[in-house]
Amino acid sequence: MPTVALIDYGSGNLRSAEKALARAAGTLSRGHEVVVTDAPDVIARADRIVLPGVGAFSACMDALEQRPGLLEAMTDAVQTQGRPFLGVCVGMQLLASRGLEFGPRAGLDWIKGEVRRLEPGEDALKVPHVGWNDVSALPHPLFREASTSQMYFTHSYVFDPTDPGVVLAVSDYGGTITAAVANANVAGVQFHPEKSQGAGLALIARFLEWRP
Amino acid sequence: MRVIPCLDVKDGRVVKGVNFTSLRDAGDPVEQAQAYDEAGADELMFLDITASSDGRSAMLDMIARTADACFMPLAVGGGVRTVEDARRLLRSGADKVSVNTAAVENPQLIAACADAFGEQCVVAAIDVKQVEAGRWEVFTYGGRKATGLDALDYAATAVTCGAGEILLTSMDRDGVKGGYDIALLKRFSEAVPIPVIASGGAGSAQHMVEAVRDGGASAVLAASIFHFGEVSLSEAKAAMAAAGLPVRDLR
Repeated sequence: MPTVALIDYGSGNLRSAEKALARAAGTLSRGHEVVVTDAPDVIARADRIVLPGVGAFSACMDALEQRPGLLEAMTDAVQTQGRPFLGVCVGMQLLASRGLEFGPRAGLDWIKGEVRRLEPGEDALKVPHVGWNDVSALPHPLFREASTSQMYFTHSYVFDPTDPGVVLAVSDYGGTITAAVANANVAGVQFHPEKSQGAGLALIARFLEWRP
Repeated sequence: MRVIPCLDVKDGRVVKGVNFTSLRDAGDPVEQAQAYDEAGADELMFLDITASSDGRSAMLDMIARTADACFMPLAVGGGVRTVEDARRLLRSGADKVSVNTAAVENPQLIAACADAFGEQCVVAAIDVKQVEAGRWEVFTYGGRKATGLDALDYAATAVTCGAGEILLTSMDRDGVKGGYDIALLKRFSEAVPIPVIASGGAGSAQHMVEAVRDGGASAVLAASIFHFGEVSLSEAKAAMAAAGLPVRDLR
């Protein structure tokens, strides 16, 4: 059975991500084993990798680096072996070259760009951005056809990729914000599919079937 | 714009929730949560009114069972006094933790939770009573204790400490069903940069529209009008949509 490694680096909300992956896998004809792990050898064998994340960019990056061999195993599986990867919320932001939360901090640099504070153009809009928002996506296996769906967001920072060509979906919060990115086998979503009910579970299921 | 039903939970059982006709067990939080999801709730708030420690572990089990079955945002509050209390709730499956009395007495609790879990996890719940025009005082211990603190000052402190949202309850309006305190909401939503959730006073769908449109609230929370079926979630959302406010589509 193919395995999905859900990276455990002390981030909250791991349980929700695990349960959502299992539920989404259950809707597919082919089973998937969900493994919550920070073990390099398990990650090396995994068929897919999901990186969750809540909290601050720098704290999450620190936590990844502190686990022996974790970043090396992830980088090898994703960047060298080309295994499908999904980053969620801060897990997506970590793909960037650098983040600016609590001062500049280098990210994974798997997708060039910067993570900056959300600054909605309208004064009445609050930060953090919390709630359901329309996500407009280009045609891609993660969203299937060009489509609009409603997903749950909770974030104060946004990812601005250097190459606009990697932006797969956008949302509007006092201006256009990056909702999803994809470059070859590496994808990320700013919203929380594991908290976005049917639409979110469907996206997770499509990730499990994605063959980049 | 979010509509958030609030369920009172005691010893892991829902004691105040909607008696949806489809439910086999109205006290079962999982059934309640699923029914609210199908009705279009944007989030759920569980308020733990348990006093005993046995009840607290039942609460954790209840959150876990709900989070395993419902893939929607869950906020939990009531009796959170330490970072460890918050951690246990989050580990069980809560997405946000609401802190009230303990945070008023020691705002560093907000900072510690925000540092540990991220500001999006921390809701500062503030119970207020009006003391004069344009001035509100913070009350703690479920409204039993006056603190002498100016509510706007405390809200500013909560923001500085890293709260992600403010759940603002008007004790003057709570249970009266005459509408949210619009002046209060307007004052706070203009003063703080983070989302303000309106609580206390909802009696109709139109009251929810007013809280958002006139009060500037980012979300509305209600318990008893949903509980007693006076207003349905779909009515609340239809009224908001009719007023031109952005709401999540009902499926």
